[in-house]
Amino acid sequence: MAEFFHMGGYGLYVWGSYGVVAVFLALELIFLARRKQALLERLTALREMEEDKS
Amino acid sequence: MAIHWTKYSAPSAFYPMAGRSLPWLAAGTLLLTAVGVYMGLFSAPTDYKQGEAYRIMFIHVPAAWMSMWLYIVMAAYAGLGLVYNTRMAHMLAAATAPTGAIFAFLALWTGAFWGRPMWGAWWVWDARLTSELILFFLYLGVMALRAAIDDRQRADRASALLALVGVVNVPIIYFSVKWWNTLHQGATIDFSGSKMDRSMLWPMLILTVAFWLYSFVTIFLRARCEILERERHAEWVGELLDNRG
Amino acid sequence: MKPRQKRFALVAIGLVALAGAGTLVVNAMRSNLVFFFSPSDVMEGKAPHNKAFRLGGLVEAGSVQRQADGLTVHFVVTDMKKSVPVAYKGILPDMFSEGQGAVAQGRMGADGTFTASEVLAKHDEKYMPPEVADALERAGKDPSKGQHPGGQPGGMPSGMQNGGA
Repeated sequence: MAEFFHMGGYGLYVWGSYGVVAVFLALELIFLARRKQALLERLTALREMEEDKS
Repeated sequence: MAIHWTKYSAPSAFYPMAGRSLPWLAAGTLLLTAVGVYMGLFSAPTDYKQGEAYRIMFIHVPAAWMSMWLYIVMAAYAGLGLVYNTRMAHMLAAATAPTGAIFAFLALWTGAFWGRPMWGAWWVWDARLTSELILFFLYLGVMALRAAIDDRQRADRASALLALVGVVNVPIIYFSVKWWNTLHQGATIDFSGSKMDRSMLWPMLILTVAFWLYSFVTIFLRARCEILERERHAEWVGELLDNRG
Repeated sequence: MKPRQKRFALVAIGLVALAGAGTLVVNAMRSNLVFFFSPSDVMEGKAPHNKAFRLGGLVEAGSVQRQADGLTVHFVVTDMKKSVPVAYKGILPDMFSEGQGAVAQGRMGADGTFTASEVLAKHDEKYMPPEVADALERAGKDPSKGQHPGGQPGGMPSGMQNGGA
């Protein structure tokens, strides 16, 4: 297992690549999910306000 | 089977279609990423020259391909939006840019982490690396231009124009290693075939499809947000919000 | 921040990004498109005189000589037509070896020796497991010479040759 993480001496470079790719792709998905959630809440609140007025 | 593509140029039709496809696209992304990473890190053999360091290629090449492909997709939507003046095309162009920018950044990042141990440098100003960096800046420019203009229609048109002008950079990136002396090696896969062992080719191709499916997921998610924002006064959006309870 | 200021800031960012991209393009067009000069270029006088430039080619087999200090290295860079001797003091990248591509940054000396301040290794576009490389070698084919799947017709051995152009 230690040998696997060592990557023949290139561990820093291999894991530095795979790790950053994984973090960026996961973060993009998380931000998008949160954007959608916040948007739905904001739009629902706006609509309720408009309906109260009319 | 005839698919009526024009049907989905209506945001009210695109929104539910994207929603229905998302679980399948997400499942495909997860599955192929798991298979591709497993093959790339475990079952692919060590390279005869580069040792284990070449495994960076399995994500570097798909990220670089996606950064170029998504730019073409974005420019195509931008062109459609300009010519036919359809809102959906502009929304899709806007939804494509951030994912493309991320892949361009990741191509540069993984390239640096591959170049340092193999070439002896994190970065060099050769034609391939420089043109990919320009691609990254073009994505940022398109996004900044859109964000800078408050009027939606003008923002759409201005950023579409920049996206279209920038598309000349894509063939420059692709052919840079043929046209000029570069430190970056030539294409492993071109129209004449591949200069890679099959056991190494498969993980790279599988991860390319995985990144492509991932792009569909993020672009559909972002396009759905764009639709909700822009079409919030449409009747169907109101109904959708009411049904949320 | 007021909306107007925000808009201004964003336009400024956009312009800076565009200007940056433009500068890079112009800069690349001027000099960096040619990342290195081959030994033939140098012999024909195409490389800059009295100025640092990059010399690229294959490290000639059998030419690498390490000095006693362990840091100074002499080798010959060739493009199979002409060759240039190179002197370098420093650490070489892992991929640097005889028969492989290399790009050296430095100056031409009066004695015809290129003194390098930096040496980068250039690898080719072929990937295969060691067993396959061994098998190719046993069959009398140099694995780095392009008989493997794609194949390149003649010319300079891969490592320095880009693409398949």
